[in-house]
Amino acid sequence: MAFFETDHLTKNFGGLTAVNNLSFRIKEGEIVGLIGPNGSGKTTVFNLINGFYPITSGSISFRGQRLNGLPTWKICKLGIGRTFQVVKPLRRMTVLENVMTSAFNHARTESEARDKALGVLEFCGLMKRSDYQARGLSIGDRKRLEIARALATEPSLLLLDETMAGLTPQEQADGVELIRKVSASGVTIVIVEHIMRVIMSLCNRILCISYGQAIAEGPPEEVANHPSVIEAYLGKEI
Amino acid sequence: MTSFKWSGEKWATAILAVLFIGYPLFVTSDYYRHIFILALMWVVIGSSWNLLAGFTGQVSFGHAIFFGVGAYTAGLCTTKLGISAWWGMLLGGPVAALVGFIIGWICFRLRGPYFALATIAVGEIFRLFAVAWRDFTEGMQGILIIQTFRSKVPYYYLALLLAAACVLTIRQVMHSKWGYYFVAIREDQDAAESMGISAFRFKSVSLVVSSFFTGLAGAFYMNYMAFIDPQVVFSLHFISVMAILVGIIGGVGTIWGPAVGAFIMVWVQETFRSSFFGLLPQWVSESHVLVFGLLVIFVIMFMANGVVGDWPKIRRLFSGNRTAPAKTAS
Repeated sequence: MAFFETDHLTKNFGGLTAVNNLSFRIKEGEIVGLIGPNGSGKTTVFNLINGFYPITSGSISFRGQRLNGLPTWKICKLGIGRTFQVVKPLRRMTVLENVMTSAFNHARTESEARDKALGVLEFCGLMKRSDYQARGLSIGDRKRLEIARALATEPSLLLLDETMAGLTPQEQADGVELIRKVSASGVTIVIVEHIMRVIMSLCNRILCISYGQAIAEGPPEEVANHPSVIEAYLGKEI
Repeated sequence: MTSFKWSGEKWATAILAVLFIGYPLFVTSDYYRHIFILALMWVVIGSSWNLLAGFTGQVSFGHAIFFGVGAYTAGLCTTKLGISAWWGMLLGGPVAALVGFIIGWICFRLRGPYFALATIAVGEIFRLFAVAWRDFTEGMQGILIIQTFRSKVPYYYLALLLAAACVLTIRQVMHSKWGYYFVAIREDQDAAESMGISAFRFKSVSLVVSSFFTGLAGAFYMNYMAFIDPQVVFSLHFISVMAILVGIIGGVGTIWGPAVGAFIMVWVQETFRSSFFGLLPQWVSESHVLVFGLLVIFVIMFMANGVVGDWPKIRRLFSGNRTAPAKTAS
């Protein structure tokens, strides 16, 4: 039984096939990079995994359980957390309250949730922002808040959707450090990212998709230099 | 959720409690007791509306449904079952909550303005049913019962108890998991879902609590006024819109806002209905709905967060401190 597995996953939007017969496996403890040119279907894969979109055909299973047709909140409760490429902070709540809301998945009282949330904020380096309204945060802190909120649901699989886009090089370096720490704490990670430096330094394995189909899979260097990956990004040599 | 200092809030609560408990001992005028009874009833309805609309983000234009169902539950206890309408105080809440649950089950498939529109439609359906189903509801003839007490004092204390129970329950809820989930759903339903929150389930919870208290207020109204008819208790503008005004004027998404809003709105309503207590010509009384409209425009333009939400702004205005407030990025 694979930790996480998609089997011939397909998603059609009308006539457009956004994800086409995609099968891949993830082992527990890995950091897997999911890359591909713009519009190749990376975010759609995430939206299929966490139940935002219904699956056209194929299946997704997590720890032996089929996820097809489950509502988003149940998938979260099974232990799959995610962040959004276009961040979705709960704007009129403080940073602490944002994370507490997630922490209530495993806490009963307000003070219990606060304690858990403070632990997550400390872990993510957001402690000094805990009383800020989420709408007042910089983009770097918003991305961190996305990760903190996902972590507070105590996932065993974390889907990170472009958590580095728009960050300064220093913030990116901090972000890489944070993701390493998350991984070291035993969380399996799938990361969608355009910044190759981040992908290359973090991932054990990379899956490259183009037009919703897998075109290459393997160790970072191998995939980055794979002819069809270069072709997908840059086009054919004339 | 609130940024009250605990000690400050406790002091304010204690002082208010003393004032409200003492009120009918000092004020012997039946008229002014009546005004406070109505205002306290509106505290219950406004706070309930605010739980659903202000905290959970599901704007209802149909709270008359629950008020009417509560009132009719009490009334029908007398006309159909031959028991006291006070049984309605026991049954009105649960029956309204059940109606709320069913309406939510149907209408929460819709989001945002579409949900609001659906509640208007369902509200009108209830009103028309109560008008047309004469065998059951007595139709436009309404239900008349005999008041239990001649004095206003027992009604006052019952209304006070209801208002306190409602506001304190909501405050407790907002400091629990439910409260955080409600606000998360208001802020971003998709984010809430991916944080493990079933938006459908917790919107229903919010609606059930909200309709429970509104139903209690309706049952109280039946016992207090001793007369109801569909055009009043299922009224879109006397009840549903008034509930919204109470929330907006006081402060949407604040614990104490609707309580303050209820007193302001009942006061404004009475002042205009009585043509400024007889000081102004009769035609002024007919303008009170117009004044509601102007008041809402004023509040939305200058105090979008209501009296409680924008309290610091108001205090600055009256303390004479006219230094320009720091510009906030929006």
